[in-house]
Amino acid sequence: MVMNRWALSCIILLATQAVAQPDFRRQLQTKLILATDGDTIRIPEGQYTIDATLSMEGKNGIVLSGSGMDKTILQFQGQQTGAEGIRITNGRQITIQDLTVRNAKGDAIKTMNLQDVHFLRVRTDWSGKPSPKNGAYGLYPVNCKGVRIEGCEARGASDAGIYVGQSRDIVVSHCRAFENVAGIEIENSVNAIVHHNEAFRNTGGILVFDLPDLPVKKGGQCRVYENRIYDNNLANFAPKGNIVGTVPQGTGILLLAANHVDVSGNEIRDNRTLGVCIASYYITEKRIRDSIYYPYPTAINIHDNTFSRQRVRATRRGRMGLLFRFKLRFGRKVPDILYDGILDKTITGSDGRYLPEHRICIRNNRNARLASLDAGNDFRSITTDPSLFDCSLEIHTATPTGHQP
Amino acid sequence: MTTHPSRLQRYLPMVALAVIILLTGAALRVEAPPSRLSDFGFFAGPPAEQRAAPGTIPYRLNTPLFSDNAVKLRFLRLPVGAAVAYNDSSVFDFPVGTALVKTFAFPHDARHPEKGRRLIETRILLREADGWKALPYVWDEAQSDAFLDVAGDLREVSYTDELGRRRKHAYQIPNLNQCKGCHNRAEQMTPIGPSSRQLSGPLTTTSGQSQLEDWARAGILTGLPNRDHLPAALVWNDPTTGPLEQRARLWLDINCAHCHQPQGPASTSGLFLGMAETDPLHLGIGKTPVASGRGSGSLRHDIVPGDPSASILLHRMASTDPGVMMPELGRTQPDPQALALIREWIAEMKPLR
Repeated sequence: MVMNRWALSCIILLATQAVAQPDFRRQLQTKLILATDGDTIRIPEGQYTIDATLSMEGKNGIVLSGSGMDKTILQFQGQQTGAEGIRITNGRQITIQDLTVRNAKGDAIKTMNLQDVHFLRVRTDWSGKPSPKNGAYGLYPVNCKGVRIEGCEARGASDAGIYVGQSRDIVVSHCRAFENVAGIEIENSVNAIVHHNEAFRNTGGILVFDLPDLPVKKGGQCRVYENRIYDNNLANFAPKGNIVGTVPQGTGILLLAANHVDVSGNEIRDNRTLGVCIASYYITEKRIRDSIYYPYPTAINIHDNTFSRQRVRATRRGRMGLLFRFKLRFGRKVPDILYDGILDKTITGSDGRYLPEHRICIRNNRNARLASLDAGNDFRSITTDPSLFDCSLEIHTATPTGHQP
Repeated sequence: MTTHPSRLQRYLPMVALAVIILLTGAALRVEAPPSRLSDFGFFAGPPAEQRAAPGTIPYRLNTPLFSDNAVKLRFLRLPVGAAVAYNDSSVFDFPVGTALVKTFAFPHDARHPEKGRRLIETRILLREADGWKALPYVWDEAQSDAFLDVAGDLREVSYTDELGRRRKHAYQIPNLNQCKGCHNRAEQMTPIGPSSRQLSGPLTTTSGQSQLEDWARAGILTGLPNRDHLPAALVWNDPTTGPLEQRARLWLDINCAHCHQPQGPASTSGLFLGMAETDPLHLGIGKTPVASGRGSGSLRHDIVPGDPSASILLHRMASTDPGVMMPELGRTQPDPQALALIREWIAEMKPLR
């Protein structure tokens, strides 16, 4: 009680004082440290220049609230220390809402080891042209359980605008991600629902990845539905060495070594290279040293999506560009759905196809042409026969119960 | 007037409640940390002289964390009559009531310590019944005392370094949360330094005897094995103390592994740099970066054996960009000596097939 009153007087003091900006940072940081469980910390309307990471640790039931993503702007241009704009770790029921984090030196908002974290109407962006000097991730929950990202906006990230890594029970909805390398990325995560988002003008719109060398080995149970994914034709500006650096310019949806994924009801338009791509980790041409890692995409269900694309060539950049120019030679008739066709031979039946529960199913999409590349055999038997993939799978996800702010 | 016994009985619960509230309030006041460093009584005489009071024990680590050339003065205070048990693998499990005290100072001239110094901050780790607690104290300009400051700050420091160069740079005093950015194992606050491998050397270069033996003799360390079984006192920048690989690994252990270990804040990276790590992939050898963003510096692997310049590890150690550099906290300057050590270690590794 005493503490609460004290924190409250602090807030009032802050709200009524016009303060120099380093003092603002110190006072806000002090509030984040002294907050008691259940507090709401408000940041009034204004643009604040902040020179160091704002961090919160070990708190429960905290709401960090601005006055609107256009009104409360935390500007980290010239940040001197810390690898994030905001860093929140180790707690339960944390809500961040109605603010913008701009030009963070590293990641914009990183949350780690939280149970129930809610990003609501939060914007993360980097000003100016997309640049490899921008921070890696905008909204970055990692190792969290119960993640809701709703009504948010992410622009300019040199890796992924909205990135959920090594987490479980996730909803990303009604967000806009644009001019990032990856718009929305779900990585090594379980039980994720990505719906009613717009991903546009990124290098790749929505990515579902399973990557090696990580403590959380296996993602899965992911549904991606009723999103608008268009014009993701931005030249890849990720710093080299990063896995998203391998995402081809012009990618709508990329499922990399992902398992149990349902992609349905999306509008996938004018992504010049890949509408939906289903690929094994081998397509990255990176050596796998992680002995537990499973590099094949399996149990993928792609149905009831609408595709459209202008008659343009695929990208000519990167390894994928070379592949399109010299091996695949699709010209301007680029398939909408591409599967690398590299199979895990341990789960195939006598017909050489995956057993039913592991299949790649592609059915009832509007205006979709597909190609399976046989990439494991130097592209010898590229097939465009849809009947090979005409099946259906049940992919189950549970809606996270999560807290409501 | 006489008090009716039944009335007293009626009010007794309320009186008891009031007493409880008062006592609890008193307890809360006692728990509030002192606002001044001097209130702890760690030091005799003016606190800036950093002379240990009786019961306060100065100590030194063989291979410390680099903190922008700050000199660190370390002290331990155990509860009266208490001792800590020896173990050979991890930080000692100090008893409840222990304080670990670390003062960060910049000598005006690192070549001539006698010319004086400026104390910047003193960090205290207190072992309480429910775990360790960190308290940061910042020294005033007059160097009269240090004051509790949870919000962290940037201070400009200027000094002459060991090579005689004039240096001037920002020094970051971490905020209270950031303490746990490093002092964190499975989300529990923990000390990093005082383990047998870090304490096996002498307190001063002239004293000769291991600090562990000093502690055992003073009765504050139990279970000390005989001298032959003590870990070597590896000093990262002193080749006479041990082989390159061991010194490089110990340097990584103290500078990186507080985060880069399976229960640390960098667990999600899969890069584990603790002394005990044996899996080459977790050590970064041939390991691809995952969420490093521009931290990768357009390089493909954390460590490329035989090729330090292609190794992300070295790139991030060399950087001073907050979005790239490692460690993320507590450093604004590169450490050329450490870079040379790690470069040499990677250069001497056998290339991967």
